[in-house]
Amino acid sequence: MAELLRVSGLQTHYTSFGGSRVIKAVDKINFTLREGETIGLVGESGCGKTTTCLSVVGLLPPAARIVGGSIEFDGEELTRKSPREMRRIRGRRIAMILQDPMASLNPLFSIYTQVAEPAFYHQRVRGRSLRERVRQLLRAVRIPSPEVRMREYPHQMSGGMRQRVVGAIAMAGGPKLIIADEPTTNLDVTIQAQYLDVLKDIQQETGVALIFVTHNLGIVARMCDRMAVMYAGKIVEQGSVRDLFRGARHPYTRALLGSMPKLGSKEPLYAIAGQPPNLARLPPGCAFHPRCAHAMPRCREQEPTDRLITMDWTARCWLLDQPAQESYASATA
Amino acid sequence: MPAPLLELQSLQKYFPVRSGALLRRKIGWVKAVDGVDFTINPGETLGLIGESGCGKTTTSKLILLQETPTAGAIRFDGEDVASLRGQDLMRYRREVQVVFQDPYSSLSPRMRVGNIIAEPLEIHTDLSRAALAERVAEVLELVGLQPDLARLFPHEFSGGQRQRIAIARALATHTRLIVLDEAVSALDVSIRAQIMNQLEELQQTLGVSYLFIGHDLATVAHISDRIAVMYLGQIVELADSLELCTKPLHPYARALFTAALPSHPDERHGRLTITGEVPSALNPPSGCRFHPRCPHAMPRCAIESPVRKEVAPQHSVACHLY
Repeated sequence: MAELLRVSGLQTHYTSFGGSRVIKAVDKINFTLREGETIGLVGESGCGKTTTCLSVVGLLPPAARIVGGSIEFDGEELTRKSPREMRRIRGRRIAMILQDPMASLNPLFSIYTQVAEPAFYHQRVRGRSLRERVRQLLRAVRIPSPEVRMREYPHQMSGGMRQRVVGAIAMAGGPKLIIADEPTTNLDVTIQAQYLDVLKDIQQETGVALIFVTHNLGIVARMCDRMAVMYAGKIVEQGSVRDLFRGARHPYTRALLGSMPKLGSKEPLYAIAGQPPNLARLPPGCAFHPRCAHAMPRCREQEPTDRLITMDWTARCWLLDQPAQESYASATA
Repeated sequence: MPAPLLELQSLQKYFPVRSGALLRRKIGWVKAVDGVDFTINPGETLGLIGESGCGKTTTSKLILLQETPTAGAIRFDGEDVASLRGQDLMRYRREVQVVFQDPYSSLSPRMRVGNIIAEPLEIHTDLSRAALAERVAEVLELVGLQPDLARLFPHEFSGGQRQRIAIARALATHTRLIVLDEAVSALDVSIRAQIMNQLEELQQTLGVSYLFIGHDLATVAHISDRIAVMYLGQIVELADSLELCTKPLHPYARALFTAALPSHPDERHGRLTITGEVPSALNPPSGCRFHPRCPHAMPRCAIESPVRKEVAPQHSVACHLY
């Protein structure tokens, strides 16, 4: 399938007032996304997942700036677009779903108005067909009795229903890419499962590509084709979800997978020592070395670079450079 | 079989719903907790799972004496908690502690960590200043923090460290039961694993019991010995943790486990068979409260409320199917 999004060497920095301190929230990351594909962006809080997404949609806060790299979407370079041009892309071709549906819905407008807005502006749908379109969208996200529901206001709906409305709004412009930033964190388990099913169905019907930002590896296992693991602003490992769950190469990915409790197993969890680093005071060399169980002297001095494992699988770790693969296997066993 | 540490006997908590501003007529009851019984043994972890609004937190508030039950009893060490007065009540409050979900709002930003941990000790014991400081250092070390951090303020710590401080405070008074109300839900994956391991280790060394309330199945199942599944104020199934994971019986418990996220992409998951959302506790369905969403509902389910009965040793279900 055709490539939809190519992010290469993207650097997004936050600068403090006066420019004395620079925080490299996103530091030279590369990833691509094909049409209809789902990629999971995984990592702990503050690792740069959300900043990556905001860079793509051009909604960075004033203190942040893209200082290098490129974001190629559907054949167009997004980093050089004016805010006006970006506004025409957002909502129509790239849509976003955020964590808190109450914050993304306007309490003063009816569901109908809010779902109709993108279709009205971006697709110039009017009149009766606009109403039909809204009904269709609400049906697509499985909102029961859409005709009644679209006259209601956000406060009349439950959290799960609100998040579905946000999904309907995202679909309303007919996007090719949806960025979902922790969309189910506030939802109950069964509601979450229903919502994920809805997203999967929509994807199968429309072929939209998804970027799923999450810290929940279970969601990645269930929803994504590929995953990129971020640590301190860098992608430390990326590849197909199957490959990474079967035999991740980077110690951080392995540790994350090991720290995930598994249903029906009482095996002790692998706990990563220490805590995620402060981006303003990153350790030299590999940013993960202070927490890594296999750190070598070299990790403290030199930053590792991406190593290709298969065509579609990269990891950045000095262990992969060890002459014999056995030594790595024994080190991580 | 040791005597249970805590025993809930058909515990109920109804909240009145009033109408209007002036007359405040009672127009109904929210049956937040409606006939809950379970026991927690010494040194055991009981997991309590269910979706929001099912009464998990009200149950914990009843145990912590923040609410008085409408009916039913709580027994601690065989004694009815409602009848405790004076010294005995203080002892209960000392031995039952709580850790909340959000370590950012559960620690006072104006108090030093040492004072936060020492506060329950000042209330419950007459230790000297030096002995207090010693005990604070001791519990800080128990939860894996440096004792000299006691002079810092909460804002100087990360989320995981704050949760350790909250656990240290809960442990300080030689606690026998800690209610962990979503205590690890707000933490990052790697930190969550640290805290969970720490909790298990503390249980082994101190023999403390936990009531672990959560909504993430894998987390609750991992830490608990037994699990109680709650739906609309009632316990629908209670079983050994591993047994419940492999063989959930109640249709709601089965739905919960179907909805659970896989731990591996190759894991097959069935499609969720239940639809809709938890109904309001203000107007719960007649008969079995789950019947409007249940794929196996029979005519009987709408009329008769099922009683929880043992179907296997240590495994009880409230469902007409069994």
